[in-house]
Amino acid sequence: MSDAALAAPRVKAKVSSEDWIMRAVLVGIALYLTVSILLPLYAILSKSFKNADGVFVGLANYVNFFSTPALFWSIQNSLTVTLICCVIVVTLAFIYAYALTRTCIPFKSLFKGVALLPILMPSLLPAIALVYLFGNQGIIKDWLFGHEIYGPIGIVMGECFYVFPHVLTIMLIAMANSDARLYEASDVLGASRIKTFFTVTLPSVRYGVVSAFFVCFTLVITDFGVPKVVGGKYNVLATDIYKQVVGRQDFEMGAVVSMVLLLPAVFAFAADRLVQRRQVALLSARAVPYQPKKNTAVDTGMLIFCCLIGLIMVSILGMACFASFAKFWPYDLSLSLKHYNFDLMDGGSWDAYWNSIELAAWTAVIGTAMVFTGAYLVEKSKGFHSGRAAMQLLCMIPMAVPGLVLGLAYVFFFNAPGNPLGFIYHTMPILVICTVTHFYTVSHLTAATALKQLDGEFESVSQSLKVPFYKTFFRITVPVCMPAILDISMYLFVNAMTTVSAVVFLYSPDTALASVAILNMDDAGDVAPAAAMGMMIVGTAAAVRLVHAGLTRGILSRTQAWRKR
Amino acid sequence: MANDGNGGAYLRVRNLTKKFGEFTALKNVSLDVEEGEFVCFLGPSGCGKTTLLRAIAGLDIQTMGTVEQAGRDISNLPPNERDFGIVFQSYALFPNLTVMRNVAYGLENRKMPKADIAARVSELLDLVSLHDQADKYPSQLSGGQQQRVALARALATSPGLLLLDEPLSALDAKVRVHLRHEIKELQEKIGITTIMVTHDQEEALAMADRIVVMNHGVIEQVGSPEEIYADPASPFVADFIGTTNFVDGEVRADGQVSVAGVAIDCGAALDGLNPGDMVTVCIRPEDVQVSTEGGGAGIPVTITDVEFLGSFHRCHVVPVNGAGQTFGKDIDFMIDLSAGRARDLGIREGMAVQAALPPEFVRIYRPVGGA
Repeated sequence: MSDAALAAPRVKAKVSSEDWIMRAVLVGIALYLTVSILLPLYAILSKSFKNADGVFVGLANYVNFFSTPALFWSIQNSLTVTLICCVIVVTLAFIYAYALTRTCIPFKSLFKGVALLPILMPSLLPAIALVYLFGNQGIIKDWLFGHEIYGPIGIVMGECFYVFPHVLTIMLIAMANSDARLYEASDVLGASRIKTFFTVTLPSVRYGVVSAFFVCFTLVITDFGVPKVVGGKYNVLATDIYKQVVGRQDFEMGAVVSMVLLLPAVFAFAADRLVQRRQVALLSARAVPYQPKKNTAVDTGMLIFCCLIGLIMVSILGMACFASFAKFWPYDLSLSLKHYNFDLMDGGSWDAYWNSIELAAWTAVIGTAMVFTGAYLVEKSKGFHSGRAAMQLLCMIPMAVPGLVLGLAYVFFFNAPGNPLGFIYHTMPILVICTVTHFYTVSHLTAATALKQLDGEFESVSQSLKVPFYKTFFRITVPVCMPAILDISMYLFVNAMTTVSAVVFLYSPDTALASVAILNMDDAGDVAPAAAMGMMIVGTAAAVRLVHAGLTRGILSRTQAWRKR
Repeated sequence: MANDGNGGAYLRVRNLTKKFGEFTALKNVSLDVEEGEFVCFLGPSGCGKTTLLRAIAGLDIQTMGTVEQAGRDISNLPPNERDFGIVFQSYALFPNLTVMRNVAYGLENRKMPKADIAARVSELLDLVSLHDQADKYPSQLSGGQQQRVALARALATSPGLLLLDEPLSALDAKVRVHLRHEIKELQEKIGITTIMVTHDQEEALAMADRIVVMNHGVIEQVGSPEEIYADPASPFVADFIGTTNFVDGEVRADGQVSVAGVAIDCGAALDGLNPGDMVTVCIRPEDVQVSTEGGGAGIPVTITDVEFLGSFHRCHVVPVNGAGQTFGKDIDFMIDLSAGRARDLGIREGMAVQAALPPEFVRIYRPVGGA
């Protein structure tokens, strides 16, 4: 090897026109995320250091926050209810998931479906149902032994119901990733069932448990719907932001509370990402799925447990449903549709419902297209490593930002005088942008997972055949990933229907939304119509889920005939 | 190895270096491939053979060096501006397209009339004998059939160069042997210049016109299968291709080499070596000549173990002459005898025989790291 050869110039790969197209689109989506998440976050951060006149005041607002006990106590309140919820939900979901995966109870898919019901509703709805069950005129208020539902008890009950399906999903995945060979080994070595549980089951799901804990923590501490309805005088951070901004018009203090709420959310998010990275290495490709064996005592116990949880799920939804039809609770319980006449109510209208449908449809269409294209470019484009890494990071940020913080950040950013994008403030587009961004991360991860399962050489083959990447994208990548694409669009649609937190600061009289209408009608004392609007959302979300299931099945059987052997 | 003076080669690779961060996967590699030739890159995993193939394809462009194809400098071009077809180990068949659509994929983009495309696809499917499978999806085919679809797809656009990246390693042994004949026949029929990456020496020996043996990012030897097998340029090649005995030897004053205390005639192979130099003496197990008459030419050895390997027997032997003579530290000396020869000699464990090392089969290397 001669020295002259070593000193030869480095080869600079020619960037083809296709590469330029890919980079341009990638930069475009990255710019979108910069405008829709980074800049608003900067706006809210800087707002927290300014006074009402926009003058920089350093930490004065923070000093004010920490020296006002009424505000400061919210931190402790938030952490208290959140930690209690985490312990309760993670425990219950663990047992429920264990029953569904490791025992021989009947009706497993029914139990799974029932437990996922809360995903279909805004968190306001279970809180309203709790008021009907345990409120001053509640049918089983005695069960609280004289305690009031308004306060920490109500918040904990409502949140437990609301986050249960999210935690359960993580647990089910963790439990499904079990290796039957370990159980056989434990069996052969003569370990008892209890010992096997502590030496095999628990260690294999420990990352799932930790991950579930963090997800539960984030969901509860950032949720706004439940404490808004049943929080009473018990202040938590999420309701404080709303009260500061909507009630007292103190935007600066709202920004400070947002920053305080952002901290634990970011921390939980970062911790969860770390844990998930380790979980991947746990599963070997040769693992054998576990087949539960019959055990009458355990199975019976688990069946009773699942029935109880399922009963709670169904009765809370059933209560909300009944309340929406009861003529005049609790005096005249005959059924009527009068609460569905939203146009007569203060704070609600049928327009709000149709606006929600419009928002959800736009979010599903635009969001899915953008998320999938972005994930494709991050996963499959060549070179441009710094750009792809930056994009990857941008995609992760939305998950760490609570909806209320995002919504308020939009107010500060888009409503700032001189912002050239200010014209979209108070319009449908800003609601779509906000919602797409709010739910970007989970959608991106779903798309990335599906794309990672494709053969990495599809792009190389197309290049060698001189077929442009976009043709392969539309002819191969999109059709093969269609199930994941449908999953993403359904996820975006349902969440756009149910979300309250981010959009509550952004709607205008022309773009009122169904979920916000629940909030406003409940505020105005029209609780039954609020429940009725909630049922409209549940019904719509359920219908979309059914359509999604049908579409997925149809597509799998028709265009994806290749999946069959 | 590189015939720099020859300007007529179809593919000219010059001083190719590829670095992945600190790791150097290819070190200053140069190579010529003639038009219509079937060349195999052979080497253990991590030797750089796939890296070299991907550099030629433009999929992972080299850090330094040039690649010319048909007189055109393609060193920095993206794959879609080069002229090649490729078959990957995974085949990368499009799962949602039928066999026919897979093969037509590259043609449909070229604004060819539909009828022409259909004719070309039909011709290709005939070529790989898959006409009756045209409407099936890849997942409905066997591994060998999938492999042939990938081949047909790569050939569809009539590229000037065919690249095969371990195309047979995902298949069963029997299918593999069958397909390697088919691929070779097909290649000869169309006359397409072909480069195949493989770690299977048998595959390389059976298919290639020329073999490029690689190790640690450099080319160890380039030559026809016969040359590579009969005259390995380095101990690595001798060891990697087939089986070879490596024994310690010492150059004697009379121009012979002492092995296990017995003088062996090695002829011109000792040029440049001085008496007293330590060398490595190589001979293939099947080239050792065995006789049972005591006192004949060769090294007296005792057979310690006989392995029955079907068509031949492999004997493991140790020297018997006194004074603790050995072939070297931890050296397992093997002799292969055909079943018939072993029967004639009455080979069995514990038997003493004479093992002669014929000069024409013996090769001498300086010990690795030695002077």
